[in-house]
Amino acid sequence: MLAHMAGTLWIGTRKGLFALRAARARRGWKLAGPQFLGHVIHHVVQDPREPRCLLMAAKTGHLGPTVFRSGDRGRTWKEATQPPAFRKAAGDEEARAVQRVFWLTPGHRSEPGSWYAGSSPAGLFRSADGGEHWQPVAGFNDHPQRTRWVAFPTPDGEFLHSIQVDPGDAAHLYIAISIGGVFESADAGSSWTPLNEGVAADFLPDPNVPYGHDPHCLVQHPAMPERLYQQNHCGIYRLDRPGRRWQRIGAGMPKKVGDVGFPIVVHPHNPDTAWVMPMDGRTVWPRTSIDGRPALYVTRDAGASWQRLDRGLPRNQAWFTVLRQAMCGDGGERPALYFGTTGGEVWVGANGGQSWRCIVRHLPEIYSVSHAA
Amino acid sequence: MRPEALTCTVRIASPLRSYTAGAAVLTARGRTLAEVLTDLERSCPGIRFRMIDEQDRIRPHMRLFVNSGEARELSAPVRSGDTVHVICALSGG
Repeated sequence: MLAHMAGTLWIGTRKGLFALRAARARRGWKLAGPQFLGHVIHHVVQDPREPRCLLMAAKTGHLGPTVFRSGDRGRTWKEATQPPAFRKAAGDEEARAVQRVFWLTPGHRSEPGSWYAGSSPAGLFRSADGGEHWQPVAGFNDHPQRTRWVAFPTPDGEFLHSIQVDPGDAAHLYIAISIGGVFESADAGSSWTPLNEGVAADFLPDPNVPYGHDPHCLVQHPAMPERLYQQNHCGIYRLDRPGRRWQRIGAGMPKKVGDVGFPIVVHPHNPDTAWVMPMDGRTVWPRTSIDGRPALYVTRDAGASWQRLDRGLPRNQAWFTVLRQAMCGDGGERPALYFGTTGGEVWVGANGGQSWRCIVRHLPEIYSVSHAA
Repeated sequence: MRPEALTCTVRIASPLRSYTAGAAVLTARGRTLAEVLTDLERSCPGIRFRMIDEQDRIRPHMRLFVNSGEARELSAPVRSGDTVHVICALSGG
């Protein structure tokens, strides 16, 4: 059995872009790069409708945020002519400027060339031409409730991420804002409603609020679009639509591990299977692997139970942090999983994470890991 | 009649030279910093947005000088023969 599918792992780091390409025997990987050395790469995403095309969200320490596009599988890149930007403020309006393009999502398969981008401070943008020109999604960016939804930002600003386009309905969108919550649109972004019922917000004076939550990662299952999974600052959740109340499936995690983390990855075909990477959310929130013993947890029954996956991972003194864009799977029936750490390591977990090995070390701090077929 | 826009020298910091084909020194025309940057954008597409945000504010890690004086607003006047310095300011690793 092959250890993983052929393809490329795109590694976005705080200091540039790297690629890990599956060697011919598909059991090894070859590191290429860096490209854009010194650039902060928040996200790199392949277009499933046009696999030669990739988009990359980037900035540098000095320069403003932008998007680069490739039409040749990442060999060459061209900057967007009109990067994501808020509209010019009028009068005494808040004058917002994009600080980071943080997230990229391809649009619906029926709309070739369409893309969405999420930013910090929280903004939603859309391109209809493969990422060359971006327009603000006014229905969200100018929503009269927006300032209330994001009223509790951290000093780095709030991040709009996890943009989900319903495979069955191009106009049906979900977004997540950290901190702000999960929001839904049924009309291609013209109007939005909060979708946070049942989600804890332990850090707020009133934890029973309709918005103001901290979703770290939201995923809509590609094979069962009515199913959503969410790794939140306050637990792991599942929501089966048309329901509106999230169920805390992280309640079944071992108490000594808890259910705090950044990423959540779903099986490409089986909607009952998902993986998380728990982190330490105790005391001052170290956000490292718990007790220095990194492990993933998998559920194969939609969150009713969880099993630990740590074969091949360090047994102790390994203080990994894995950010929300830094874990992914390939499209296989028994998918290989991948994660990158803030310490610059990339790990591959064959057969759904049953056994792990490190495939590269010494990279800069890793912000994103994505698989391109 | 409007006075003709005047020519100045623009010195470009290294993080922006991917937009100038590697050139460290360019010339541009304009009577204000805003006009100089607009002219620079014409010859080096994309360079302005990396320095100036969508609200026409100088980005936090950019510093613009006209000769030896820092310009904090794009309305700063530029005269013929002036040198505009585009400087990047970043700390930490």
